Amino acid sequence: MHESSHSTEPKGLKGRIIAATGVNINQCYQCGKCTAGCPLNEEMDIQPNQLLRMLQLELPGYEDKLLRSMSIWLCLACDMCSSRCPQEVLLSKVMDYLRQESLRQGKVNPKAKDIVSFHQSFLESIEKNGKLNEMGLTVSYKLKTMNLMQDISIAPAMLSKGKLSLFPHKVKNLKEIQKLFKKTSEHKGGEQ
Amino acid sequence: MKIGYYPGCSLEGTSKEYSDSLFAVAEKCGITLEAINDWNCCGASAAHSMNHDLAVALPARTLALAEQQGLTEIVIPCAACYSRLSQSQNELNDNYVTKSRIESYLDLKISGTIKLLTVIDFLKKYIYPVADQHVVNKLNQKTACYYGCMLVRPKEITVIERTEDPLEMEDVMKIAGATPVKWAYKTECCGAGLSVSKTDIVAKLSGKILEDAVSNGAESIIVACPMCHMNLDMRRPEIKKQINKDINIPVLFITQALGLSMGIAADKLGLNKHFVDTDTAVKCIIKKEA
Repeated sequence: MHESSHSTEPKGLKGRIIAATGVNINQCYQCGKCTAGCPLNEEMDIQPNQLLRMLQLELPGYEDKLLRSMSIWLCLACDMCSSRCPQEVLLSKVMDYLRQESLRQGKVNPKAKDIVSFHQSFLESIEKNGKLNEMGLTVSYKLKTMNLMQDISIAPAMLSKGKLSLFPHKVKNLKEIQKLFKKTSEHKGGEQ
Repeated sequence: MKIGYYPGCSLEGTSKEYSDSLFAVAEKCGITLEAINDWNCCGASAAHSMNHDLAVALPARTLALAEQQGLTEIVIPCAACYSRLSQSQNELNDNYVTKSRIESYLDLKISGTIKLLTVIDFLKKYIYPVADQHVVNKLNQKTACYYGCMLVRPKEITVIERTEDPLEMEDVMKIAGATPVKWAYKTECCGAGLSVSKTDIVAKLSGKILEDAVSNGAESIIVACPMCHMNLDMRRPEIKKQINKDINIPVLFITQALGLSMGIAADKLGLNKHFVDTDTAVKCIIKKEA
């Protein structure tokens, strides 16, 4: 959101997040509303308010702990945390940044592999067709994760209800879509 | 009257009945919806999780095409697509550097002035004023209006007044003659994008939503998002495994419920395309008292 005009890039993860997203992490006073409202707090290895505290304190090793956490991938981006935050610390923007940084540094938690594979298959389908092709997405995801039998029982009903199309809908100007994928992947990571 | 329309991928596939019922209601009220030529996917959760620049650029292309087509207002029925398109438009308007960069990728200029409407905005602006002429039936049922996340959050991009306890969908259901119930889970997340990769988690979250709706006396759940619909309707077997209970409450798109009150045939509204039988909702229709 707020691209820095300084020539020197902030060194620490916290500094980079603030520079890229404009979210002022230091504003958090640990009321815990984000964690209380998070629908997945029970599943998370680092609670939302803890994650903000770790960024505030910058204790040794915090970067790795955050980038290798499961929480950043479980986050549904439902925005309950941001909407209830009395200090307007937009945690969902921080989560987006952390996911992308975790990918860039190759630190994705092994248990998050299926979630990341799904996102990858989804984007591959868009790059290829410009629109989502559910059939193509499903096949690509199954092959990536080897969850071959998953959801196989609902496929016939989906087909008969006309909810699953065998042939992809495609954007006409596919070159433009592919150019967007190429240019955005070349864009210096992290700038939002 | 002609208004721009962004279907999004779900409305061309898994949630075709949402698009069919929207068109049926619009047609009844004399409104023509004009799709954006050659629109593309909004990028959904995948793009904003993986590459922020792409998450802004994909909707930007669609917005630029809509402007070229001369559209000034677009209805985006999918709550998730609406969220992505309006967050992208806001970022382009707020950040000149990002805007110039993305315009250079596209070789297109974006003015950022198109008005984006959720399905609720659309119904309020265009259907409310003429509803009295067209509503002939009463949906004689207790309904739980489920907003999920994207219709109410983030608050910068929605026009919903009370983010914790919104009432806009209830207003629509009252027009259709239904009795909305009070319940606690109307803005909780269904699990959305984890539907395939973490189905157990989605089933748990969606199960809590169904249980709360039923325990507050609802006979149907009304939604305005294809992701919410898919999780609450199609994931019943997985939900049953999580909550050890059979729940048979049907889940209707808001445009299907409104369509029934306008006397539109159930088939035309795609009510035969659901996993959970919608018969109880279709059969509860009675003639509206004059």
